[in-house]
Amino acid sequence: MERSKKVGEFLLNYALYIILGAILVTVSIIRPNFIAINNILNIMKQASTKGILALGCAGIIVLGGTDLSIGRMLGLSAAITASLVQSVTYSSRYFQGMTKQLPIIVPLLAAIGVCVVISAINGFGVSKLHMHAFIITLGTQLIAFGANCIYIESQPSGSAQALSTFEKNFLDKAAGNIMIGTLRFPKVVIYFAVLAVVMWIVWNKTKLGKNMFAVGGNQEAAAVSGVNVTKTIMYVYIMAGVLYGIASFLEAARIQSVGANTGINYELDAISACVIGGVSFSGGIGTIQGVVVGAIILQAINYSLYFLGVNPYLQYIIRGIIIVLAVAIDVRKYLVKR
Amino acid sequence: MEQQTDYLLEMIDIDKSFPGVRALDKVQFKLRAGTIHSLMGENGAGKSTLMKCLFGIYKKDGGSVFIEGEEVNFNNPKHALDYGVAMVHQELNQVLHRNVMENVWLGRLPIKKYGLVDTKKMIRDTNEIFKELEIDINPTAIIGTLSVSQRQMIEIAKAVSYDAKIVVLDEPTSSLTEKEVDHLFRITKKLTSQGVGIIYISHRIDEILTISDDITVLRDGQWIATKPAVELDNAEIIRLMVNRELTHRFPEKTNHPSGEMMTVSHLSGKYPPTFSDVTFTLRKGEILGVAGLVGSRRTELLNTIFGVFTRESGEIKLNGELVDISSPEVAKKLGFALITEERRATGLFPMMNIYFNTIIANIKEYGKFLLSQRKIAKDTKRSIDALAVKTPSPKTAIRSLSGGNQQKVIIGRWLLTNPEILLLDEPTRGIDVGAKFEIYQLIINLANEGKGIVMVSSEMPELLGICDRILVMSNGRLAGVVERGKDFGGVEGEQEHILKLAGTFI
Repeated sequence: MERSKKVGEFLLNYALYIILGAILVTVSIIRPNFIAINNILNIMKQASTKGILALGCAGIIVLGGTDLSIGRMLGLSAAITASLVQSVTYSSRYFQGMTKQLPIIVPLLAAIGVCVVISAINGFGVSKLHMHAFIITLGTQLIAFGANCIYIESQPSGSAQALSTFEKNFLDKAAGNIMIGTLRFPKVVIYFAVLAVVMWIVWNKTKLGKNMFAVGGNQEAAAVSGVNVTKTIMYVYIMAGVLYGIASFLEAARIQSVGANTGINYELDAISACVIGGVSFSGGIGTIQGVVVGAIILQAINYSLYFLGVNPYLQYIIRGIIIVLAVAIDVRKYLVKR
Repeated sequence: MEQQTDYLLEMIDIDKSFPGVRALDKVQFKLRAGTIHSLMGENGAGKSTLMKCLFGIYKKDGGSVFIEGEEVNFNNPKHALDYGVAMVHQELNQVLHRNVMENVWLGRLPIKKYGLVDTKKMIRDTNEIFKELEIDINPTAIIGTLSVSQRQMIEIAKAVSYDAKIVVLDEPTSSLTEKEVDHLFRITKKLTSQGVGIIYISHRIDEILTISDDITVLRDGQWIATKPAVELDNAEIIRLMVNRELTHRFPEKTNHPSGEMMTVSHLSGKYPPTFSDVTFTLRKGEILGVAGLVGSRRTELLNTIFGVFTRESGEIKLNGELVDISSPEVAKKLGFALITEERRATGLFPMMNIYFNTIIANIKEYGKFLLSQRKIAKDTKRSIDALAVKTPSPKTAIRSLSGGNQQKVIIGRWLLTNPEILLLDEPTRGIDVGAKFEIYQLIINLANEGKGIVMVSSEMPELLGICDRILVMSNGRLAGVVERGKDFGGVEGEQEHILKLAGTFI
């Protein structure tokens, strides 16, 4: 009895990692050539941008909120990045007056700036106007989408076609590889890893992180203890904005062409990664490790199904089932029986 | 000795009114350094209102507060903390998913280089305070995994960590075992020996007589007496607390219990915290009270009978027949009705109108697909008239009614289901005195119609005012039954006996 209880508890606590292992083992049994370093790197690379988005979004979910504006915000921010990194030799470039390539820090700061502003508006709506995060971000995602369309439409050529033809330096820095021997290791994975470590420190070692968990877990208790709730919420949203900005910058380089529909539904992937990773929608619970693993699991599922050549519509169904299953198991950890 | 006369805290002529109620009427309270001063009174006497005025949760209408001679006006509990005034709440305000030390240092986490939180210092400081208070808890344990008593110790340690001069303990022993209570008292001794003043709120008279230096009694928002504990005894305190005509607060009791209608035998709840092995009977036309301290698991008992909480063992017989109440739906079909304790959380649909709130428990009576608006209007009107609900219109949202009228609507809701047994959990909580009388009359009328009523209440006078028998729960067990008008030498004897029984298993 006691023993079976312990086994059950172990399975519950490590359900996430067991699922990830099971996926990889199953696919490798069906297709032994799946276990190739290139496949693993591909999964990691694809998981990275969305993983960075998830790192930002996770804090907002820990506060008890959610963020629907991620995708469209990324679209707008990526479009502005794109316009600033177009090759100066490209005749239909956005800024005709730009005759010298800008230092790479300029588009990066622009991308971050856009996302920080929008995310700060979200944070203001939640902390000061006491709106539900769902509603305020539903509004700002529309605003971001509209702004993106107008921005793209205002190209000198007058057309609404996607912004493309980026300079080499940008592509190399944001989407290039590092050669380790003969291995091409994607830089974006390193960025993701570094940001995950930074966020782990913020969550676990700083006052902001502790306050974030306190506000998400019991806002009343936090307020009574003298935590500045408004400020904590604002900081978490701004921090998310910085991460979204970095992700937008990297995503522009990855897709190499930014249009009106760039970023659509990215918020769903980011939120999925968080909940698969055990960040609770009721607030106050979550870990960075979980979010990272969640992002990787999500991508591993996508990649495996694609690798096995599963019918694309069936892929949606399987992905849906796995998300529901992962969260259903995770929720049991915190269930209070009475 | 000179220090003995110095007051740490003086609250002078504190006034506070709410619409229709004078909650505090020129109340006095003075706390000396290094002493324990108990604040006593029934529920509604004004103890918590007085404390809320001290901490700035309520704004007092009049009077002054002095801390060591300096006049203060706290805006919020944090402001009070900065002056070394801390409160350990009955409902512990903690972040359950986080660990002990983070909860202790929340709002003022120690910082080292690069803005990182100094975990080592937190562990060290927490351990130091714990050691001083003889608390044996790992600072990195998650709060939610600890027992209530451990959590309470942590809150006291938190108060100490603020270098609090004044610590308010609100019903700290209501859910503690005897051993834990001893530990708590050792801690309070230690604090007073360091010159801390403690305001102690409790219903347990024996306990208060043991540990207090001074005792202040409030009644109906008025200051009644402040005396050294050595000059008081059990009977005198009760006299000070309840000295009033019990008769005019309650309608005449006209119900006559007859034959048995429900037997509950050896009932135990499944998931802790819960109760075990409760056996009692309920007669037709009887008002059966359930007394007990906070945490004696009275609410759990009602919820388990009604099928909201899971039953572990035991059986319930209805008119001699065994019934298996596995869910509230089954209970409803069998003729049970439950009026819950937390009206706002589990009773009201605050934004919805009175129609909705009246018929919601009985909705299948109004048609299979489209609901009959006419029948809804008719029943709602009948319910409003029968219970004398004061409302501008049945279309009014229920949240704009007073507490008493809200409660009447909810009772009306359950009466529409034609229940035979009503389970009432604190039916008059948060209701003003006039409306209480009407609710009592309603309960007696229902008993007159032959319905069985089980009423949980924390208000002793109301149990003594309208119940035929009173079950007393203590720490999850049935401690005894008080038959009214027998053996206990009148109301005061009964009250004393109930208070004694309530502490049986603690």
